[in-house]
Amino acid sequence: MIAYVLRRLMQSVLVMLAVALIAFSMFRFIGDPVNSMLPENASVEDRQVLREQLGLDQPVTTQFAKFVTGAVQGEFGVSYRNKRAVSEMIAERLPATLELVLAAAVFALLLGVPMGIYAALHPKGFLANTLNVASLIGISVPTFVTGILLILIFSVWLNWLPSFGRGQTVDIGWWSTGFLTVSGLKSLILPAVMLGLFQVTLIMRLVRAEMMEVLRSDFVRFARARGLSNRAVHFGHALGNTLMPVITIVGLQLGSMIAFAIITETVFQWPGMGLLFIQAVSFADIPVMSAYLVLVALVFVAINMIVDLLYFAIDPRLSVRA
Amino acid sequence: MSLEAFPQSRLAAIIESDLFYKFRTSWITVGAFVVTLVIVLAAVLAPWIAPHDPFDVSTLSLWDSELPPVWAEGGDPRFLLGTDNQGRDVFSAILYGSRISLAVGFVSVAFAMVIGIVIGLVSGYFGGAIDAFFMRIADVMLSFPTILVALLVSGIVRGALPREMHDSAALIVLVFAITVTTWVQYARTVRSSTMVERSREYVYAAQLVGRKPFAILFSHILPNVMGPVLVIATINLAMAILIEATLSFLGVGMPPTNPSLGTLIRVGNEYLFSGVWWVVIFPSLTLVALVLAVNLLGDWLRDALNPKLR
Repeated sequence: MIAYVLRRLMQSVLVMLAVALIAFSMFRFIGDPVNSMLPENASVEDRQVLREQLGLDQPVTTQFAKFVTGAVQGEFGVSYRNKRAVSEMIAERLPATLELVLAAAVFALLLGVPMGIYAALHPKGFLANTLNVASLIGISVPTFVTGILLILIFSVWLNWLPSFGRGQTVDIGWWSTGFLTVSGLKSLILPAVMLGLFQVTLIMRLVRAEMMEVLRSDFVRFARARGLSNRAVHFGHALGNTLMPVITIVGLQLGSMIAFAIITETVFQWPGMGLLFIQAVSFADIPVMSAYLVLVALVFVAINMIVDLLYFAIDPRLSVRA
Repeated sequence: MSLEAFPQSRLAAIIESDLFYKFRTSWITVGAFVVTLVIVLAAVLAPWIAPHDPFDVSTLSLWDSELPPVWAEGGDPRFLLGTDNQGRDVFSAILYGSRISLAVGFVSVAFAMVIGIVIGLVSGYFGGAIDAFFMRIADVMLSFPTILVALLVSGIVRGALPREMHDSAALIVLVFAITVTTWVQYARTVRSSTMVERSREYVYAAQLVGRKPFAILFSHILPNVMGPVLVIATINLAMAILIEATLSFLGVGMPPTNPSLGTLIRVGNEYLFSGVWWVVIFPSLTLVALVLAVNLLGDWLRDALNPKLR
């Protein structure tokens, strides 16, 4: 058990080191950091001073070691564009993105799970077919087009909901939340729907497939043989067994939702990390890009590891093999 | 047997084939094919069929700006789908835009396919350290969403290029980013089929005859692993078009001076609030129709070539 956990941890650390190496090479070898940080008319002495400050005169391995030590402490240097500490900029933007992703995930679960259950229980029904076709189209429509349509309908034509920004936020310590004000909640609706819609189709198809599989299994047949009502079989026995893999997938999807939030945040001018990243890409602001890369990779690696370890804890067959 | 009979019998063979039967009997597939064909033809023939040249500033007039489509009130019969804020014809802009979207799509699919096939063949045939090297890269790339990898690659390339080259090199950067992001799927598929083919008798025979490894790979194994590659290529065409559109929409793709469909949507999006919906909606609809149609064609090809479903 401990050996498995340790090996899994080692693996994650190695992946993170590889990502850190990419992020470091981006910073070190793409363009000249000194030229990007100083004005064009800076003197040779100024350049030399900065070069020494950044440690660029030291061997590359020492520089990489310093980069990793800095990254572990959350230090990624200074943005080329804003001349501010990258860690500070990201910390400012983090709450907005996490709240958006959380709202989108809740929306996707609340809509996707019932739709999937319905489609599994009435596979030939008219509504189930409609849902299937709708989900096919839903996968083909680019998310930014969905966002634009939502804005056109609900903001421009109906004028019900705001189409950009977070509305009013309340600061709790360093965390600024939009959950506590009416305008904050109203601003959250459209972005969360846009980000969640793609996941809805995914969850619906998954729940439908899993549920149909479970409904065919022996224990469901025995439950029916015991004379339990349809309701008790469907929701007492089948649903519980369906939801386990669904929760795993949704957990794994959280990482990609943070990545897809880039598009949502651009459409709705949502002041999150994604918007920060896209601005960094278009201005080639490497420190911000590498910090975002490391952070997102960390989220992915952490989620993957937690899921693996949870499986290990739940499924006794794995501990025998390990 | 006369010479003329030969092409005719080949045509007849195609018409009588399973593949064509499955195509003909599914109206969704025929519809998808027609939509794809119309868009591709319109894009290729854009310089001849577009009523206006959207890049010729001298023909633009601000008097014509923000006209709605013909059927709406105040529409002008000269501009089928209305005009944008500079008086550009939206219909012509879409024709030229699909040209760029399709070009990026086709070229990056071609590059990714060639690179992926070569890496897949070599990894699958030789195994060992080469295989491990490429497959670890593939593992890492596949564990992140495609769009994120594409964004990162284009960000890195833009960082390496001087700023004044960003616009002129946009097309190349896009193709490069999409190719780097999508070769993995071809490589994985080709690798696994190559590993199966490697131990077939015809390969042993070729080895005994003394053919060189690369001759065996490309003239014997390659034709036998191409089936799934074509399916992936079709589905990836839709994906490449989508990635291009997304990057352009996010502002790191084609510049507004040489717009693709994604750029048109980005630019049109800025005028959404003045009620000028047609500038953004029509390019969006074109993009959705194109992606959906190519996806459906890919689905059909996958099912038609899948021996399990026969």
